[in-house]
Amino acid sequence: MTAADLLPTIGLEVHMHLKTRTKLFCGCPVRYDARPNSCVCPVCLGMPGVLPVMNGRAVELAVRMALALGCAIPDLAKWDRKHYYYPDLPKNYQISEYDQPLGIGGFLDVETPRGAVRVGITRVHLEEDAGKLMHDERGGNFSVVDLNRTGTPLLEIVSEPDIHGAEDARAYAEALRQLAVYLGVGDCHLQLGQMRFEPNVSLRIGTGPDGKPRYTPISEIKNLNSFRSVERAVVFELARHRQEYVANPAEYTLENLGKETRGWRDDEGVSFLQRSKEEAHDYRYFPEPDLVPFVPDRAWVEAVRATVPELPQGRRRRFISEYGLPEYDAGVLTAERGVADFFEKVAGLVKDPKTASNWMMQDVMRVLNERKAGIADLGMTPEALAELVSLVKQGAINRNKGTEVFGKMLASGKPAGEIVRQDGLAQVADAGAVEAFVDQALAANARTVEDYKGGKKAALGRLMGEAMKASGGKANPQLVREILLRKLGG
Amino acid sequence: MRVDVAIRSARDLTAAARKARILPLSREEVLKVGTLSRIGLSDAEVGRFTTQLSSILDYVGKLRELDTSGVEPLAHALPLHNVLRPDEPRTGLAPEQALAGAPEASGDFFRVPRVLDEGVSA
Repeated sequence: MTAADLLPTIGLEVHMHLKTRTKLFCGCPVRYDARPNSCVCPVCLGMPGVLPVMNGRAVELAVRMALALGCAIPDLAKWDRKHYYYPDLPKNYQISEYDQPLGIGGFLDVETPRGAVRVGITRVHLEEDAGKLMHDERGGNFSVVDLNRTGTPLLEIVSEPDIHGAEDARAYAEALRQLAVYLGVGDCHLQLGQMRFEPNVSLRIGTGPDGKPRYTPISEIKNLNSFRSVERAVVFELARHRQEYVANPAEYTLENLGKETRGWRDDEGVSFLQRSKEEAHDYRYFPEPDLVPFVPDRAWVEAVRATVPELPQGRRRRFISEYGLPEYDAGVLTAERGVADFFEKVAGLVKDPKTASNWMMQDVMRVLNERKAGIADLGMTPEALAELVSLVKQGAINRNKGTEVFGKMLASGKPAGEIVRQDGLAQVADAGAVEAFVDQALAANARTVEDYKGGKKAALGRLMGEAMKASGGKANPQLVREILLRKLGG
Repeated sequence: MRVDVAIRSARDLTAAARKARILPLSREEVLKVGTLSRIGLSDAEVGRFTTQLSSILDYVGKLRELDTSGVEPLAHALPLHNVLRPDEPRTGLAPEQALAGAPEASGDFFRVPRVLDEGVSA
């Protein structure tokens, strides 16, 4: 076995905040910009004698995500206490799900440069987040704690070790984010800490005498908070495993060394040992006596399933097959659910998906990128855009004027038809009027006419531009071209 | 809907307990529990708690005398399930109130002894 034969074997634990208004066990609002310790109450502060009450919306969102991942929803889910002592956890235990989670056994298909890769989902469970612990920057001998985040609904999604490279680990994490945002399950703003990642990294080192695969020790890298750090940490860790294994193939194995917990220093780009197997936490799980089990009604599960929309990958494939869109355009238009919904509405109204896609790609996406805004903030309804697209299709205005009207619609909020009337932008398709613009252009650009007649075919484009300019951009371009060619005798 | 759905873990635990022999608690176990709970124990306390915790375990251990082999484990002591709350915000405490009982505060924050960046996460 050489280093090249070692197969990267990676599983990912992903945590994400659910999109609820309140915390998991109390009515405190979930906010990210609030004054420290202002979104707290006796329940999330862990005061003695308080009782948690489960947020029904959080359970529903968790089940929606589990269903979208193809998980089974068992007949009973229950919560357990996971004990550890840390200042960000006021109860000294976290309420989590130990052995009977809400969802089990699903998968996610992830697009990679080498095609789709299916990643198994072991389980999906619902737990509470901890508070935020910050260290005194001035070197003081204390830390400070903000408990606003304590009790925020946190979904944990555990994958099977089906990922075989750092890029794929990143692609999987990104696909999960896209899915959660699509489903309305979470906002997944990474900079707000709404999504965090813990890769479990190992190398498969062939097969043992018993015929079972053997592995290097599993490194769990804690608390990564960006896609980039997931990829970098996995690259680093795989290289480290390879080195350790090659140096000591007999010793550096999972059965010898077990599992270790590592941290990641993003600025230095290195991982470091946090806890070895011997120091592993003893969480002393036991069933949470303050919460009763969740026994989903099958009709309710089906109702939640009905709220799962068509998912990004399937929708992209449908846009390609049903609408004949290029793969790239279909990818852009399905990356966000709001954009895909907007596009389909426009396409349906103008009964021309390709033209609608052209407008989305050239005008709508350009504006959204410029403004770094989402489709909800476009300030234009699909109906309004459809009216504009129809005006262009019918020849009432030309395509370039259409983009101008689009900008004016965004600025004024007025409908396309009104702007065309008020600003006199209607396309000039009267042959006599267009001929006058062409004559004007020919008279003013004798040199260019000479160039064209001398064989410079590119000069035609310049003359077209001059004639269009003479019309104030309103002439029907096809007509300009026809008349121009006729007049140039070519 | 089934309220008496069996819990796998509870069944496993009962089976394990049935097989297990009852042993008195050792000093090491008491020290470990102390460490896990971040409680420093003196030698005298370790001795005292070893006796006390052992007698608590013995007392609870009486339950093993019952034959529960034909009994389905319960998910919860209460015959209830699906107790859910609407996702409606409620007013909680102001920071001043939240911090009023804290041993130490610093501005709007709870203040605690310096913790190394061990990064224990949820």
